[in-house]
Amino acid sequence: MTLTEVRAGLAAHELTREEVIAALWERIAACEPTVHAFLSLADPDRLIADGEPLSGLPLSGLPIAIKDNICARDLPTTCGSRMLQRFRSPYEATAVARLRSAGAQVQGKTNLDEFAMGSSTEHSAFGPTRNPHDPSRVPGGSSGGSAAAVAAGEALAALGSDTGGSVRQPAALCGVVGLRPTYGLVSRYGLVAFASSLDTIGPIAGCVRDAALVLSLVAGHDPLDSTSLPVPPHDYTADLRPDLRGVRIGVPKEYVPRELGPEALALVERWREVAEELGAKVMDITLPTTEYALPTYYLIASAEAAANLARYDGVRYTLREEGDRVGAMIARTRAVGFGPEVKRRIALGTFALSAGYYDQYYGKAQRVRTLIARDFAGAFAEVDLILGPTSPTPAFRFGEKEDPIAMYLADVFTLPSALAGLPAISIPGGTVGGLPFGLQLIGPRLSEERVLSAALAFEEALN
Amino acid sequence: METVIGLEIHVQLTTRTKLFCACRADYFAAPPNTLTCPVCLGLPGALPVLNRCAVELALRIALALDAEVQPQSLFERKNYFYPDLPKGYQITHHAHPLALGGRFTFAVDGELHTVRLRQVHLEEDAGKLVHIPDGALVDLNRCGVPLVEIVTEPDFRSPKEARAFLMDLRTLLRHLGASTADMEKGALRCDANLSLTENGRTGTRSEIKNLNSFRAVERALAAAAALHRDLLARGEEIHQVTFGWDDQEERLVLQRTKEEAHDYRYFPDPDLVPLAIGPEWLEAVRAGMPELPRARAERWARAYGLPARDAEVLLVEPALADYYDEVAKSVPDPHDAAGWVLSELRQFWTGEEPPVPARDLALLIGRVQTGEISRASAKAVLEEAATSGKPIAEVLAGRDLSQIKGEQDLRRLAEEVLAAHPQAVADFGAGKVQALGFLVGQAMRKAGGRADAKKLTEILRALLAQG
Ligand SMILES: [Zn+2]
Repeated sequence: MTLTEVRAGLAAHELTREEVIAALWERIAACEPTVHAFLSLADPDRLIADGEPLSGLPLSGLPIAIKDNICARDLPTTCGSRMLQRFRSPYEATAVARLRSAGAQVQGKTNLDEFAMGSSTEHSAFGPTRNPHDPSRVPGGSSGGSAAAVAAGEALAALGSDTGGSVRQPAALCGVVGLRPTYGLVSRYGLVAFASSLDTIGPIAGCVRDAALVLSLVAGHDPLDSTSLPVPPHDYTADLRPDLRGVRIGVPKEYVPRELGPEALALVERWREVAEELGAKVMDITLPTTEYALPTYYLIASAEAAANLARYDGVRYTLREEGDRVGAMIARTRAVGFGPEVKRRIALGTFALSAGYYDQYYGKAQRVRTLIARDFAGAFAEVDLILGPTSPTPAFRFGEKEDPIAMYLADVFTLPSALAGLPAISIPGGTVGGLPFGLQLIGPRLSEERVLSAALAFEEALN
Repeated sequence: METVIGLEIHVQLTTRTKLFCACRADYFAAPPNTLTCPVCLGLPGALPVLNRCAVELALRIALALDAEVQPQSLFERKNYFYPDLPKGYQITHHAHPLALGGRFTFAVDGELHTVRLRQVHLEEDAGKLVHIPDGALVDLNRCGVPLVEIVTEPDFRSPKEARAFLMDLRTLLRHLGASTADMEKGALRCDANLSLTENGRTGTRSEIKNLNSFRAVERALAAAAALHRDLLARGEEIHQVTFGWDDQEERLVLQRTKEEAHDYRYFPDPDLVPLAIGPEWLEAVRAGMPELPRARAERWARAYGLPARDAEVLLVEPALADYYDEVAKSVPDPHDAAGWVLSELRQFWTGEEPPVPARDLALLIGRVQTGEISRASAKAVLEEAATSGKPIAEVLAGRDLSQIKGEQDLRRLAEEVLAAHPQAVADFGAGKVQALGFLVGQAMRKAGGRADAKKLTEILRALLAQG
């Protein structure tokens, strides 16, 4: 049941909001014991009651799931961290406020890797989320809860956040649609910062049309976010056409390495054929800076994270471990409050900014970031869209990537476009080993309409 | 041996709202944590948005100090943990500040000195810790209040110069409408560094933090200079350290040694975009600049012959200077009017508004200067008007203030007074010249202050001489 179908059903009076909410909670009752997509949930009876006056609005009082690093007033905002275990935000994120004014209600807050740092949702302080397609496998991350909730039919649609691939990779691993918008298109106000220059809020949904709808409701300039682009709100569903005629699509050779394995390579081949059948011109391209994206990303994101997470010092929020001096209190609180992956990145980021190392690490990473953006700009002089897999592998098993570097490699195809601030979408592209495998389309800045239309064409052709 | 001093001054701007949020910036006397919002509390997810009014006041300061405004400046994060710093970093200009260079001319005992400046930049203030017996409480009202930091070159050669600079800087800031610049309220704060040079070689520097009065600046620097001289005389090494200043005990307090110096890990704040200041914006700010105090003092000296000493006192409060300007333009003798404003009017000026309108005072002074009424009568009128709130014209109308000028009237008055005070007459005869002053005073009182004091004195002197 997609959001689009439900809206049509409500409009035609074939469905009622009560039935929709009841159906979602049936799925929640059936799946949550294994999947654990949600960290907190609204009361369905309240949603039914409070939804009544919202009937005339685009989302008619329907519930939307929100990743638990996006502030919403009536539920906790934990970021999957002990540090914020009982924290409730006194204010609401712009994206949530906009969904509300479009008639949505907050269904619940979804699980994530602590402070969105991870690619498996194993790093949540409140237990992992499991992949609905195979509970022995991860849902991806860090927006694993949002992707799993939509994949399991527990939610109609969800908001996630994508810093280096955290919307697209879990969408790929759970077999749903995830869109990372152009940096600055959706306000970050109220998104708990991980890496401010990379963080974006994006929709995770059951189909391309739903993702376009949710994007339309949250996108557009916000004066509360200085990095918000001066773009007015726009209906991204209005010109959505499953059309690839005349579209030039580039497949970077760096995105289809031999190591993908025969099954995945065959899928990519099939995508190329489909594109050509639909009238696209497919060509091989190269993005030579791809291999530098991983170290560049980890230096920049960790440096920003180290500063962004300094505010959790035990003075405020919900966790404090006493110490005999202020410094000891801060150190002990942070030792207890943060998990190992967060500590690893704070340590890396602190080091990268240290006196004497700044230029060698952070400064150099910023220069490489410019080169990566230039690489894409060069490619987009020749092609309209870039096509490739979202992630090198389908969902992996829990504990399979204990080596942090192996885990970081899960994001190699999503990091470069994140560093360049480009819009990119992941849609179900088939299966590898019986598990969902994501197809990724990347477009130039603010080409969301083009990306969504192409994604819709692939979605229709591949299903 | 020469003393070398540099200053870092923090100026709290008088913007209505804070630097990055819409909270009220005037936190003085507000109950703790009432002027806060998600942004200045540094709540998860909240983002800063730059206050353009703060930028404009900072630009005024930069322009007044002849600093070179940079077309693009960058806010960075200065990272350190402290309970009054809710984000764990302070947003501040650093490597790419608002303005570079600059100079400021100030007076030391009437002699002009010029200090070179390094930079002028914007930053946010931190909160405050309130210490209680079993710990400390955090008040974040001040958090995010805009500050301008002014860094001088080490151009001061004595603690006295440093103090004189600060006092003139305070006057400038007030005239710019940029800050109240009250040191005791923390609106103007000073850190200082000092070293001694010998044979052209600069010695190790000491820093002194948080000097919060002009007196503290001078005393602390004098103490640091004495300490350095003492150590050198004993052949001991001077270590690079940071001191605080204990105002009660009047002594330096060691805060930290060089080994404990912070690594602030500055990097550009990704939540803010570079601050671009185009020529139009800069010109608009320049066009709105008020007349600077030094220019005003020069104008007064040129046009009215006003001495620098009087100008300096008038300029301390911009409202007083403006008031004087208004009085001066409508009286026959503007130089004399300065004395009226400084010694007569100022004593009644306690609130925000002047005790009598400038137009009224000008009317009164005009009457005195044209000889229509006596100085003494005018003072009495001013006092009544200032305390009752009545217009000067009304007070004047209610009194007979026509001067007693006639030779006959004055002589009669003088004779009466001499007859009434034989002892004073005898004293004068015995060589006590002060007795004349007493007799003039008695005569003036008898005349209700209306007598022409000059003529009266002449007559009294003549009568006494006759015996
Ligand atoms: Zn505020």
